[in-house]
Amino acid sequence: MKRLIWIGFISILLLVGWAGVAHAQQPTPSDDDVNVIASQLFCPVCENTPLDVCPTQACAQWRDEIRLRLAQGWSEAQIKNYFAENYGIRVLAEPPRQGLNWLVYIVPPVAFLAGAYILFRAFRSWRALATQLSEEEAQKSAPEETDPYLNRLEEELKKRG
Amino acid sequence: MIANLGFGLLVVTFITAIYGAVTAVYGDVKKDSRWVESARRATILSFPLATLTVFVLLYLLATNHFEVQYVYSVTSLSMPMYLKLTALWGGQSGSLLFWAWLLSAFSSAVMLRKWDRDREFLPWVILVTAVTMIFFLSLILLFENPFIRWWQTLGGEVAAMFAPTQATLLTPADGMGLNPLLRHPGMIIHPPMLYLGFVAFIIPFAFAVAALITGRTDDRWIRITRRWTLWAWLFLSLGLVLGGRWAYDVLGWGGYWGWDPVEIAAFMPWLTGTAFLHSVMIQEKRGMLKQWNMLLIILTYDLVIFGTFLTRSGVLSSVHAFAQSAIGPMFFTFIGLTFAVSVGLLMHRWNELKSETPMTSMLSREALFLLNNLLFMGILIVSFWGVIFPLISELATGQKVTVGPPFYERATAPLFGALMFLMAVAPLAAWGHSTIKTLGKAIWKPGVVALIAPIAIFFLGVRNIVALIGFTLVALVICVTLYEIWRGSMARSKKLEENFFVSTWRLFGRNRRRYGGYIIHISMVFMAIGILGIEIFQTQTQGTIPQGSSLELANYEITFDSVAQFDTTGGRNVTRAVMSIYKDGNYIGQVFPRRDYYYESQQPMTIPGLRSTMLDDLYVILVDWQPISTIGATFKVYHNPLVNWLWVGSILFIFGTLVAAWPEKDPATLRATAKLVQAPGAAN
Repeated sequence: MKRLIWIGFISILLLVGWAGVAHAQQPTPSDDDVNVIASQLFCPVCENTPLDVCPTQACAQWRDEIRLRLAQGWSEAQIKNYFAENYGIRVLAEPPRQGLNWLVYIVPPVAFLAGAYILFRAFRSWRALATQLSEEEAQKSAPEETDPYLNRLEEELKKRG
Repeated sequence: MIANLGFGLLVVTFITAIYGAVTAVYGDVKKDSRWVESARRATILSFPLATLTVFVLLYLLATNHFEVQYVYSVTSLSMPMYLKLTALWGGQSGSLLFWAWLLSAFSSAVMLRKWDRDREFLPWVILVTAVTMIFFLSLILLFENPFIRWWQTLGGEVAAMFAPTQATLLTPADGMGLNPLLRHPGMIIHPPMLYLGFVAFIIPFAFAVAALITGRTDDRWIRITRRWTLWAWLFLSLGLVLGGRWAYDVLGWGGYWGWDPVEIAAFMPWLTGTAFLHSVMIQEKRGMLKQWNMLLIILTYDLVIFGTFLTRSGVLSSVHAFAQSAIGPMFFTFIGLTFAVSVGLLMHRWNELKSETPMTSMLSREALFLLNNLLFMGILIVSFWGVIFPLISELATGQKVTVGPPFYERATAPLFGALMFLMAVAPLAAWGHSTIKTLGKAIWKPGVVALIAPIAIFFLGVRNIVALIGFTLVALVICVTLYEIWRGSMARSKKLEENFFVSTWRLFGRNRRRYGGYIIHISMVFMAIGILGIEIFQTQTQGTIPQGSSLELANYEITFDSVAQFDTTGGRNVTRAVMSIYKDGNYIGQVFPRRDYYYESQQPMTIPGLRSTMLDDLYVILVDWQPISTIGATFKVYHNPLVNWLWVGSILFIFGTLVAAWPEKDPATLRATAKLVQAPGAAN
């Protein structure tokens, strides 16, 4: 029994040690890893500046924070949520798809489709008008052809010919 | 004393503008041309008056009159003379004065034209330009006076135009200096170009309003303002391109366009202006879309004012800042009023502006131009909504949101793609009527040649579907345009038995607008090549490396050789790195990324080291370096394929617009010359 306890104890030690070594060997997130996430976030202080290119000290600290979270094993989504919760949703490159924010995504396509529909209707009415105009022109020329005098003249010409 | 002179001149210019507006309307109402003539002269006079005002401010800037608040805020002793002078548009007050001065120049120039055939437009053109002038001068006089001075009072320092009681003039020893970001050559030229574009669009708008008021609803107003519009468009386009180049060179984020609200503010009138340039052709050729053209120029005018409003009102930083600033509500009211009045006039003339001929074919050139207008409007809607949505969100929920590049890129990319397709198809469609058969017959030859491009880049290893579609469209536009030019030249060459090149030259000379437009189309696809290159194929890396070590990106190796820190003239501390570039293992040159620190404004700047070819740019930024650091310096490197095509395209664009806008000989003179040639004796 004592032996078993010793084996168990040593196994746990080895496991913890292996895990520790494995953790120590996990590479520190590179600048590129940090920038992948930072480029999707906006500086909470400067106007319209992505976090990966903002030169201020505050942004350098926020990039370090991303590095720290990545080192702790956080996912991209978790880090973005963390920033949005702590500094407001304005740090996200786009408004989250919820509530009033849906308008930002819905209004442009709806307005564009409405414009396309108006244009389509206009085309149809123009086409109809064009057809009507050509028919009117045809009708205008028809009486000349059915003019009794002209018909008679044509007939006489045929007889003489 | 000098500042008082400037202020006095400003007041006189303001009174002159009011006089011009009032007498123009009075003269028209009373049918007394003497009053209208007086208004015309007052408008002409506004230019020398505004010029003198600007000269006074330039004198104050050049001679370090730091007692003037504006001079103090934008210049310093250490600044070179050219920067002191260009600081005229380096701050809000000065740039508004510059705006008003440009408007006075354009208004005066338009007053000097021959008005014989268009006398009825004159009072209303004067009114529109004068009202715009009055608005801008009111902003300057009431809120953004560039001649305000510093005074020392018992209570402390005060900024005021005239001396408060028991105050003495306060002259600081040195000024704050111009914002370092604005010291780049691109930024020196960018605002004047943008403002030239903005202000020049006011002239076609003035004629449009004049046409609406007088009821002269033919295309005369369009013919008069055709070249104004082209020049306005050229300047606005140049302003946008120069702004992009400035961002690329100075902001240090590896790109040229960040969909920033200030950029979009200048982009929106460009969109409506471009749509207008296309749709006026339909009115001229077919007597159609008169209502739409009016609406487009009204939109362009109000977007010009809106663009100035966005950057000047403080509304972008917060709606609360807007509410607190007096300038914001004034802009808002002016935009609302001018839009309401213009649209009201349009409604009043709606029936008189109906098309003279109906559209008969959905594949005719006019129909395709109309589709092109729809696409431009689509991009405008996306841009406008993206800019104002954060303000709506803040007002409605109190929560600020960012509408950033992913939104704009996703929404506008298909629209830009469709525009490119139309650019390829529309030149082949006939006015009046086209069918799929006639279009197909015209497009198949250049279409087959254009397919070489996507096949070639596919075999080069490109599998990105957007890139394949994009480059297919690029090739299609180029092939169609060259095919069109070739067909025209060959036909002329055969008919007149001319040399092919002589024929091409004369073909361009006979129809500058059409062939200038074709050059512009090719320039646009050159720009598209640059945009596709950087948007799809840009790669980047960042790392902290010791001296002698390298970063690798694409097929480049960038070695950190050395770094030095030193002070230069102009109150600037420079940290400059030397980096050697190797491509596929071969040394190809050096770049020198640096960080500048301006002592006066305590502001850092990141200037990239750039190696630029038509194939790609290597863009190196010195992100961080500490003098006592032993670990080296941090660099960020961007590889931007094909981006130079964007700048080459913009140069070609200038050339194309110059060809299109170049004045053609008066048709009457041409006819007279032709008669003389045919019958030399007839002149006697």
